[in-house]
Amino acid sequence: MELTFFFPVNVGGSVTKLVDKICNDWNAEHPEAIIKPVYTGNYDDTVVKIQSAIQGKNPPDLFISLCTQRFSMYIQDAVTPLDEFIKADGAEGQAYIDDFLSGFMEDSYVEGHIISIPFQRSTEIMYYNKDTFREVGLDPDNPPRTWTELAEYAQKLTKVGPDGNVERYGVGIALNSGSAQWQFTGYCLQNSKNGENLMSDDGKSIYFDTPENVEALQFWCDLQNKYKCMQPGIVQWTDLVGQFLSGKVAMIYHTTGNLTNINNNATFDFGTCFLPGNKRQAAPTGGGNFYISKGISKERQQKAWEFIKFATSPERAAQWSIDTGYVVTRKSALELPEMKEYYEKLPQARVAYEQIPISKPELTSYDSTRMWRILNDAIQAAITGEKTPEKALRTAQAEADEVLKKYR
Amino acid sequence: MRLQMLKQKRMMNSSVQAWILLAPTLLFISVFTIFPIIRSFALSFTAYELGMKRPLFIGAGNYSYFLTSGLFWKIMKNTLFFSVLTVVPSYAIGLSFAMLVNNNRKGIGILRTSYFYPVVMPLIAIASIWMFMYMPETGMFDQILMNHGKRPLAALSDKNTVLPAMAMMYVWREAGYLMIFFLSGLQNLDRELFEAARIDGSTFLDTFRRITLPLLAPTTLFVTIMAITDSIKLIDHIVIMTEGAPNNASTLLLYYIYQQGFIFFDQAKASTLTVFMLFIMLIVSMGKFISSDRKIYYN
Repeated sequence: MELTFFFPVNVGGSVTKLVDKICNDWNAEHPEAIIKPVYTGNYDDTVVKIQSAIQGKNPPDLFISLCTQRFSMYIQDAVTPLDEFIKADGAEGQAYIDDFLSGFMEDSYVEGHIISIPFQRSTEIMYYNKDTFREVGLDPDNPPRTWTELAEYAQKLTKVGPDGNVERYGVGIALNSGSAQWQFTGYCLQNSKNGENLMSDDGKSIYFDTPENVEALQFWCDLQNKYKCMQPGIVQWTDLVGQFLSGKVAMIYHTTGNLTNINNNATFDFGTCFLPGNKRQAAPTGGGNFYISKGISKERQQKAWEFIKFATSPERAAQWSIDTGYVVTRKSALELPEMKEYYEKLPQARVAYEQIPISKPELTSYDSTRMWRILNDAIQAAITGEKTPEKALRTAQAEADEVLKKYR
Repeated sequence: MRLQMLKQKRMMNSSVQAWILLAPTLLFISVFTIFPIIRSFALSFTAYELGMKRPLFIGAGNYSYFLTSGLFWKIMKNTLFFSVLTVVPSYAIGLSFAMLVNNNRKGIGILRTSYFYPVVMPLIAIASIWMFMYMPETGMFDQILMNHGKRPLAALSDKNTVLPAMAMMYVWREAGYLMIFFLSGLQNLDRELFEAARIDGSTFLDTFRRITLPLLAPTTLFVTIMAITDSIKLIDHIVIMTEGAPNNASTLLLYYIYQQGFIFFDQAKASTLTVFMLFIMLIVSMGKFISSDRKIYYN
């Protein structure tokens, strides 16, 4: 039989080749169940394609999609819960699940069922240009750890040219729709009273307009307008890496999935570090998980399950992390020699892994995409000065509550 | 008597023939135009979101939702504003171009082509390049401003400049398109009229106002409807350049429909908005035809 497998790519680099390799390796060993990988664009494109396929009653057998899609998948009854496959594997199955980093596995549960398996998982880290640190007299091995330090360092690193125009900004945070909410999750976690996230675990409540979140949004506005160390306006996610590599911004908030790309292309000494915190340091996780569709035969589901285990074996998880810069998802993978060697050659890669214990899922709830849009619109309104951070988040909270009413 | 029967039979034959010839097109239009319109209208009275097995009838709930939504009116205002910002300049520039190239000088073909070539480029490509030009601080426009000692504009990040900036890109393309229609209209005008006007001592402005424009009325009608409906139909540039940012200052009606239908997967709301859009397009087309019925002189 032939199984279709939809997968997105949301980072730079030639990731499609890597996915093809995994599939080819499986196909060589399992000619009775050939996996056909289909590249479906970035995460957003993939969500649309999967939706269309589901509604056209012709879903792919398995696919990778955002872990934040889990409530949407569940409510449409589009995916098979994996609990029975895990149980069928007995003790081995439980060990398999337990081996995944809990910060990532958290994202797989809906109403107590496991409905996805972590695959290409990332967390947000800060990349910084060590050469510029040296240039302005900062210690390149001591990146900022708090918001106050961030503002301070970023102001020092901002270089204004003789014509009054800024040649280099201290810090860069992407604020376009589709990215801003990821950054904001980090800031929320760093400032909330007891580590609360933007949403409740069951996906039915949203917490946008807490005073701590207002404070965080105000800090972003201040970075642009008061401290003038961040480029004004809406900076695009896809532009930030280019700006970093060409020296136009000294520190950027970006996904660890770009580590290999940056490592291969940076002409300067760069470092990575935890995101600066306020009440605590924290970061958002992100990325995609494996899902198996419902509505396909038990046989196909079983083969899909075995492929998933194959693709997420410790060796392959390690290799995937090395090739892309995504964070390794399994604890046992760390013991492998190739992993140890990788961390030795590229110490910057350890940071993402070490940050996992303080990382939490990004904004996920029922009707996730609408929530993202509401939050991102509010952030944009505040950044462009259209509304105060408080008013923007208050409006967003009202809209979000309205949407979630039907799920409670 | 026999003659009459023959006549009737021939008429019936030719009507059957007509139906047979029309059938494929009728089928196509029914499936791709009429059925979707009916379905959208029907869905607009339901709630039908992701995860619902079938649509749920809710009467005029969606309509009252939108008519009382601040965001909806903001988007309608944006759409109207953008329409005016693109139709008026492209009309004026298109007509000017047409008058400029309405002669047979050597190399006029090259000039015509250079005015027209933006039209053959896909809007996505144009939008991507102009987005690059509008990039904050590193894009062409901001670089020019900064070189002259002014502050960079970041045109796409400011809610006051984002629509004019996108309109400018769009006019760059649309003017050439409208030029073609005006050129054809101008070339169909009787040269004798202009000769007579010249002999009578009419100035350029007078000739333009009293002869050219009125005679171009059918072309103007056609062009205006096309330009207005085009400006409402466009969405590529929003998806590429801003996705509606900042805070929906650049969201237009069709993008809103796309967002509701294909990003949030709320078919009922998308259908309701579609009905609004159809309504607007209908009014635009009808309004123009009715008002111009009295003023057009066809040769």
